[in-house]
Amino acid sequence: MTLLIQGGHVIDPGRVNGVADVLIENGTISAVGPALKAPAGATVIQARGQLVLPGFVDLHVHFREPGFEYKETIESGTAAAVAGGFTTVCAMPNTNPVNDNQAVTEFMLERAKAAGNAHLYPIGAITKKSEGKELAEIGDLRRAGCVAISDDGKPVMNSLVMRRAMEYARAFDVPVVDHCEDLHLSEGGCMNEGLVSTELGLPGIPSAAEDVMVARNVSLAELTGARLHLAHISTAGSVRMVREAKARGLKVTAEACPHHFTLTEELTRGYNTHAKMNPPLRTMQDVQAIKEGLRDGTIDVIATDHAPHATQEKQQEFTEAPFGIVGLETALPLTLALVDDGVLTLEAAVDKLATAPAKAFSLNAGTLAIGAPADVAIVDPNSEWHVDPARFRSKSRNTPFAGWKVKGRVTTTIVSGRVVFELDRSERQA
Amino acid sequence: MGLKRKDLLSLTNLSADDITLILETADSFKEVSGREIKKVPALRGKTVVNLFFEPSTRTRTSFELAAKRLSADVINFSPSSSSVVKGETLLDTARNIEAMQADIIVLRHSSAGAAETLARGVKSSVINAGDGWHEHPTQALLDLYTIRSRRMGFAGLRVAIVGDVAHSRVARSNIFALTKLGAEVRVVGPPTMIPLQIGQLGVQVYHNLDEALRGAHVIMMLRLQLERQGRALFPTIREYARHYGLTGERVKLAEPGAIVMHPGPINRGVEIAPDVADSLSSVILDQVANGVAVRMGILYLMSGAG
Repeated sequence: MTLLIQGGHVIDPGRVNGVADVLIENGTISAVGPALKAPAGATVIQARGQLVLPGFVDLHVHFREPGFEYKETIESGTAAAVAGGFTTVCAMPNTNPVNDNQAVTEFMLERAKAAGNAHLYPIGAITKKSEGKELAEIGDLRRAGCVAISDDGKPVMNSLVMRRAMEYARAFDVPVVDHCEDLHLSEGGCMNEGLVSTELGLPGIPSAAEDVMVARNVSLAELTGARLHLAHISTAGSVRMVREAKARGLKVTAEACPHHFTLTEELTRGYNTHAKMNPPLRTMQDVQAIKEGLRDGTIDVIATDHAPHATQEKQQEFTEAPFGIVGLETALPLTLALVDDGVLTLEAAVDKLATAPAKAFSLNAGTLAIGAPADVAIVDPNSEWHVDPARFRSKSRNTPFAGWKVKGRVTTTIVSGRVVFELDRSERQA
Repeated sequence: MGLKRKDLLSLTNLSADDITLILETADSFKEVSGREIKKVPALRGKTVVNLFFEPSTRTRTSFELAAKRLSADVINFSPSSSSVVKGETLLDTARNIEAMQADIIVLRHSSAGAAETLARGVKSSVINAGDGWHEHPTQALLDLYTIRSRRMGFAGLRVAIVGDVAHSRVARSNIFALTKLGAEVRVVGPPTMIPLQIGQLGVQVYHNLDEALRGAHVIMMLRLQLERQGRALFPTIREYARHYGLTGERVKLAEPGAIVMHPGPINRGVEIAPDVADSLSSVILDQVANGVAVRMGILYLMSGAG
């Protein structure tokens, strides 16, 4: 199939930033330039006034399959991904069973292939069952298709085990991803520890619970020479330490989530369970630090931590409700808001959504270079719309952004040269 | 004149006038409990459900007596005898109770915010009888009533709240109400028991009990949760009692005529010396008696009868 995307504003970070046509042949980018001729039989997509971007790459999603298919499946999750402009997603291993062996990895890859939406790359567990004790078969996980390893929400507390994981991972050049949380400091906590938790009488999670683990991980990365990727950093302290680690030349990358640069702990008032996630929403000072980290390059990547949960689970008492929100279908406009606020240039925003994440995990994605997989997001940057969870492709509706008026919308998503998502005409006015 | 609200969840959103109204309404019911026939027909035909997910004897009994003295029908519903053990959610349990036409649900729950979550989901009035570490509004209101009945004004009143403030719903409700009424609130305890940000609620923080007691008009002791010893909040009960226990000697540091309060149940010899608990300055049993009158007033106002 041959596609010609005509007249759009093409942004391929570091390479192209201007009006151009993009020609796609046999699933790859075959030309980018002005006034390209449509080959015979080519389908022409008119993109005048729109942005033509490398498809976004999300390093942090939870697709719940196998084990929790009532929350999300790989099919519904990848459908949500492409609706949000994400053409590549990396799925965390906290499934049931845990993705700690190649059979689970192969199953996930098969399900993704059958769904035919976005590319999916599993992230393997660091330790067996993510119990933090014995290393998982990291070499086999890598060979089966895992692109990184992480115990995510069950961070490895034993620093020796973490050291060994980082050392061992070097043999396979696989990045080690850590959800930085000292589980002793955060025990029982369900929101940021601060004035709001004091008023609400909710057990708090101090910033220090994240900071001490960032410090530990940076030290271990320095000791072992491992590639360390820090998931969803949320505190001013983390930003400061990552900045310093990068200045010293360590192989450290970091991601931030849209909710952590958009919302504060204030949203928790009223015991709003859609404001419950881990790491928790922090203070305005932390939000400012995250934005500054994005602006100065300390934070490489914007990732969603897409964490679907069923409605009845989020309707429980605040302390009982599970952590997490869905994010794939709202990440783009929340990121573009940073452009409107002058925090990021448009090109930097695209870099953090597509190019930098692909680079962090060495994925063949995130660029419109000749010969690259034809993964493309076409975006109307000026389209204003209201977030309506009922229209989500995700199975779950747990978002704090319901009803928000946002700007910037994905109109077409192309994966390997195939149009996998087109915004309904009826939704354009929504 | 009524409270003009469906629920009583927190003292943060009650005005000083609302609080005064509740205390004055309680005054008129105080006398009922002293009668030979301790009953008035104010809530006849109304149904009050005590939904208690946490063990409680005194608060549940106090609410039950209050409702019965107002002639309401009272049902006690607790997890051991309910379907909660079968995995039913709080909201579903409450909706079932509501379907049986309960007018008022009195909720005690171990999760902060449970009363607010419940109130959003049902049309019945919800009274928070303690939610996690968050609030225990009726306890604070009966504390205020007890202070007021000692002819103490709230403006400029120096109140020392002593103990595990971090994990105390009684402390939070009292802090919110007392600061609103113009009292000077001091919190005192080891730093492990005082939230780092509590100063922003308008209270003064002390870690030395003797200093905190100087000039205090009211000493409000909190119950030490003995099971927290393993949680690194304090080394031993012995050490806690020595540094933060209220003794007769320490009471002398306070203003002459100062009163000693405790929400109960007390740990004699831990946070409060036995002779202090039984002394003339102790109003602990007055608090219990006043609790019924205050809860009668609240039920009356919440029922719409007011």
